Amino acid sequence: MADLLEVTDLHTQFFTRDGVVRAVDGVTFQVAAGETLGIVGESGCGKSVTALSLMRLIPQPPGKIVKGSIMFDGQDILKMDDDDVRGIRGNNIAMIFQDPMTSLNPVLTISRQISEALELHLKMDKSEARKRTIELLELVQIPSAKKRVDDYPHQFSGGMRQRVMIAMALSCNPKLILADEPTTALDVTIQAQILDLLKNLAREFRTAFILITHDLGVVAGMTQRINVMYAGKIVEKADTGELFANPKMPYTWGLLRSIPRLDESRKAKLVPIEGLPPDLIAPPPGCKFEPRCQYRRDICHEKEPDLVHIPNSKADHEARCWGTQQGGWLVDTDWRREIGDTQLIEAIKQETASVTTATETPGE
Amino acid sequence: MATASTTQERAAELNVLARKQRSLWGDALYRLFRNKAAVGGLIVIASAFLIAIFSGFIAPYSPIDIPRPPASQMEPLWTGSKYTDARYLLGTDFLGRDILSRLIYASRISMVVGFIPTTIVFIVGVSVGLVAGFFGGWLDQLLMRFTDIIYAFPDFLFLLIIVASFRNSPFGKVMDGLALIFVAIAIVGWVGVARLTRGQVLSLKEREFVEAARSVGATPRRLMTKHLLPNALAPLIVTAAFAVPGAILGEATLSFLGVGIIPPTPSWGGMILEGFPFFSSNPWSVLMPAICISIVMLAFTFVGDGLRDALDPRMKT
Repeated sequence: MADLLEVTDLHTQFFTRDGVVRAVDGVTFQVAAGETLGIVGESGCGKSVTALSLMRLIPQPPGKIVKGSIMFDGQDILKMDDDDVRGIRGNNIAMIFQDPMTSLNPVLTISRQISEALELHLKMDKSEARKRTIELLELVQIPSAKKRVDDYPHQFSGGMRQRVMIAMALSCNPKLILADEPTTALDVTIQAQILDLLKNLAREFRTAFILITHDLGVVAGMTQRINVMYAGKIVEKADTGELFANPKMPYTWGLLRSIPRLDESRKAKLVPIEGLPPDLIAPPPGCKFEPRCQYRRDICHEKEPDLVHIPNSKADHEARCWGTQQGGWLVDTDWRREIGDTQLIEAIKQETASVTTATETPGE
Repeated sequence: MATASTTQERAAELNVLARKQRSLWGDALYRLFRNKAAVGGLIVIASAFLIAIFSGFIAPYSPIDIPRPPASQMEPLWTGSKYTDARYLLGTDFLGRDILSRLIYASRISMVVGFIPTTIVFIVGVSVGLVAGFFGGWLDQLLMRFTDIIYAFPDFLFLLIIVASFRNSPFGKVMDGLALIFVAIAIVGWVGVARLTRGQVLSLKEREFVEAARSVGATPRRLMTKHLLPNALAPLIVTAAFAVPGAILGEATLSFLGVGIIPPTPSWGGMILEGFPFFSSNPWSVLMPAICISIVMLAFTFVGDGLRDALDPRMKT
């Protein structure tokens, strides 16, 4: 199947007083029709900027897409004029924003806001748009939708507002929906509901999704493929299952270690990734993750690795790491054993030992 | 399970029905009407409007024609002095014209001077502020530097200069000088509104809902009129409520200085000027229009305060 979206070598930069921020630095990926792609990474890794670039919503100045192409349905979005881009926004590509509390206009009713895209793109009149709005609200499971269309956003709870945002995104039956941290501002039970809703809708309407999040737990059940981003670059891409089973980049290992898991022993402590993502004005010369990587060697500092296929993995699994590449020193490393923090391992060992001796003592 | 969910739905429905629907503006209006001073002000303003519209029916005499024989400088009836005339409730001016009638007709001037220039000021100021704030860049620079130049002049001095310099031109005579006053007040006033609007837009356009609206393909015009302006409206309404009495006072002051409404058309400021030379012998011809100005000003101030409290409940003092 032909790819719906094909992003090639995308560079988005912000020209600030302190220098050029390379927020997105040569990103290439594809999304097929109906597919769900996850983009994962810490804050400030260029995930949101990538999403905004896809719709040409980067504030300009200071931002600018300096290089690359974004082919959507056979057309390059970066070469379109403003009117054509506006015709695509909301109509073919829609976006769900992070914070539903601030993404709705407080002085307009829910029906007015959802109708906006319908009137703009599908040229519906007021009563048609209203009817469709009610349908959409029912679709996203807002109770008594008929009565609530004329409410204002402040009369809705956070989860319901996010449902409204989803209804807005769905309104014109877009081929692609960008969900930028759609559940980050919600509490955990609501998160699960919203994710369920998104999953069902994606299946029902065969809409392609790009799900952007910092939480690997969110993408696990949702996506077919995952791109891990770090410092404006994709550092690992793989099938969702493959990525969780067989990650090949120390940064991904770090992300996985920092998720609490119910199925592991309570003794396994969460291990954070030390430090912060690099300054994107003056990024490190070699591998961008090198300063925070516990497996680093000299080559990591000197030269940046390419995004290449990794041995011992599925065919389309690629990572940007010297260590796990062919002939690297991490090829056979099992990240699960390598907690890294030796002190911690010792502490756990001792604790386990004392527990076993304690349980054994009375038996004697 | 099924019954549980229907019960829940039912409860939700009842809950929705029980709530009284009220929009943001409806809410503000409700708060405004709970404010006694503001309601009093509104009543006064409404009465002033009615008086202005129906002055032809209410006023007992002509405000301009001098009666023959004239009974000039009469005092109001309640003073009981020998200089009263049963025909003139509030007395007469130095030409023997009925003060009550002149006050009633003068309210027309004050009302139109209050509202028409304010309307012009807001149309111009809001448009300039919206465009400058929204598009930014060189357009913003151009519009705002121009605004700054006008803003730099002392308000009233600027008003005086405009009126004084065009008073003797043909335009200065249109509608007894009223048209010139409209334009002058508008020229002086729009800059404040433009700056206020621009400031609002600058902060609002960074909000996420604007980006969300952009992401569904809204045009710049739609963003400005449907998303930014309604959100910026509250402080603008308050400013408008204070701009109206400002304009009324401006006209009164100009007329008092002799560069406002061209006599014999009555205006409150002009009446104060005419009565002023005779203040020691008959203060009433000065006091009456002065009281009228005060009452109307006070009414507008009460309404303005009420609006400010109603539109921004957090600003309660």
